[in-house]
Amino acid sequence: MNDRYKTTVDAEQAPVIEPGYTFGTITEKISSIVLTRPASNGWFVGFGVGFMLTMMMLYAIGYLFLKGIGIWGDTIPIGWGFAIVNFVWWIGIGHAGTLISAILLLLRQSWRNSINRFAEAMTLFAVACAGIFPAIHVGRPWLAYWLFPYPSTMGVWPQFRSPLMWDVFAVSTYATISALFWFMGLIPDFATLRDRSDKPVLRIVYGMLSMGWRGSARHWHRYETAYLLLAGLATPLVLSVHTVVSFDFAIGIVPGWHTTIFPPYFVAGAIYSGFAMVLMLAIPIRKIYRLEDFITERHLQNSAKVMLATGLIVAYGYGIEAFMGWYSGDRYDAFTLWNRLHGPYAIPYWSLLTCNIFIPQLLWIKKLRTSPLALFLLSGVILIGMWLERFIIVVVSLSRDFLTSSWGMYYPTRWDWMIFIGTIGMFLAAMFLFLRLLPAISIFEMRTLLPEAEVKE
Amino acid sequence: MKRERIYGIMAEFDSAQALVDAAKRTHEAGYNRIDAYSPFPIEGLAEEIGFHHDEVPLVVLIGGIVGGLTGYLMQYWMSVVSYPINVGGKPAHSWPAFIVITFEMTILFAGISAVFGMLALNGLPMPYHPVFNVPRFSSASKDRFFLIVFSSDPKYDPAGTRSFLQGLEPRSISEVPS
Repeated sequence: MNDRYKTTVDAEQAPVIEPGYTFGTITEKISSIVLTRPASNGWFVGFGVGFMLTMMMLYAIGYLFLKGIGIWGDTIPIGWGFAIVNFVWWIGIGHAGTLISAILLLLRQSWRNSINRFAEAMTLFAVACAGIFPAIHVGRPWLAYWLFPYPSTMGVWPQFRSPLMWDVFAVSTYATISALFWFMGLIPDFATLRDRSDKPVLRIVYGMLSMGWRGSARHWHRYETAYLLLAGLATPLVLSVHTVVSFDFAIGIVPGWHTTIFPPYFVAGAIYSGFAMVLMLAIPIRKIYRLEDFITERHLQNSAKVMLATGLIVAYGYGIEAFMGWYSGDRYDAFTLWNRLHGPYAIPYWSLLTCNIFIPQLLWIKKLRTSPLALFLLSGVILIGMWLERFIIVVVSLSRDFLTSSWGMYYPTRWDWMIFIGTIGMFLAAMFLFLRLLPAISIFEMRTLLPEAEVKE
Repeated sequence: MKRERIYGIMAEFDSAQALVDAAKRTHEAGYNRIDAYSPFPIEGLAEEIGFHHDEVPLVVLIGGIVGGLTGYLMQYWMSVVSYPINVGGKPAHSWPAFIVITFEMTILFAGISAVFGMLALNGLPMPYHPVFNVPRFSSASKDRFFLIVFSSDPKYDPAGTRSFLQGLEPRSISEVPS
């Protein structure tokens, strides 16, 4: 089982971990960020901005509960505005975390060990941001628990034939499994923090969280088995989640939604945007906390390659949508294509093509793939592009359906923007807290990357 | 029965290789109640101390089966037995629509079984354990490797076991009070 950790050092490639580290120095370097390093001014500014944006979101949500959905831009025919756009966008971002922690584990890509921890944290926070939207979008959010099958005095049950119901189960399962996966990965590192910390309070807190982990060989054996099985379970799960999200659209008959390409193209788009977010987080983190030896050029390059590949799958999806619009001979599908290119939402559509397809082709250039600044900017462009993609799918399709009498336009209000930007703030605030309170890189998995971790029989 | 005063004798090693070799020799010398501690998983170490039956996969399998059945039967009972709703003449038992939730429930139950099953089989959470009484043991979560022979081992005798462990050339040896 251990060869999944083997470090293949290719002369051509940057190493996964720079030479010269020992078990002790790895431990010290990562745990010192949490235990000894004082919080910098930059940290307070970053967290403060995130926190204030979170407060703005709470204010907007409070006003929403008071007034109702009418304060948003949602109208008939566009009943799914920003809420669903943002939900799909955030859920998609989360997918890269599971891809890194589960799928790359099964594929024995040892380079994942330096980035899986904060990618999983990113997943959790992204799912939390995503989960807000459907809950506040139901109109009477205090009754959102009606979505779950519980024995009520009304005697009725949820409608299991609806893809929206599937979504409830898919997303809540995803949130639960992601949290468990993350927590399980943290247990041995909590033990490390417990043993390294010199403050009694921290020893107790980390000691409780570590569950009394002592690194027994029997425990490690069961731990590894469970970790591997959980990765095997999370892999089909993550593919299923965005598939089910795409069913929310594909099962409907609205032109631009009713297509079988949606599941694979949604999953690819999710990983595309997720890796963009991973890079946007990893590049500043490695710089500020001087973790360039652990998150090396290799990680940046590999992530860039995954973005390039998934970006091409997404481009193929757009191509097939356009091709089917023409080839199907369905006049509504053909009109959907024409409307995207020339209709009232042409500017977002062309921006989407620019952000998601044209500009990311720069990733073919090796020089840009190895430049942190270029990657950071490109990732930002891709995140905007993927957000626009969800906007195009949700809003443009609904704005032009079969009957001209039921056409309409959607204009987001300030409340839409406040809640959307507020979730970005919440995400940032949570990430900042995570960096200070928990080891941002998996310490025990980094130890296994050292050649000394190899054992001969 | 009187509680043993000494929990075991613990030897400290510098490297993963030294721990695996020591565990192998201790097990071959006839000690059965031993354990090894390391800051990261070491392949083959569990086998060297005589651990062969990992029940986690079985727990996960049972969890998955229970989850799948729960998911499907829940939907069946709610949609067919408890409150059937006729939507456009579609059959109440429209099984293809139930597959997604059945799948999600399978994953949910199996995943929960994996984590909590692993913890339960490992006897965790366990805040207190005698090995924590050894001051040097705090390095077991950093860069040191430990081997313990429990005093409950039939072959255990305080002086003999100690000298046996000394022969393995450890970095240090300590008694673990219980």
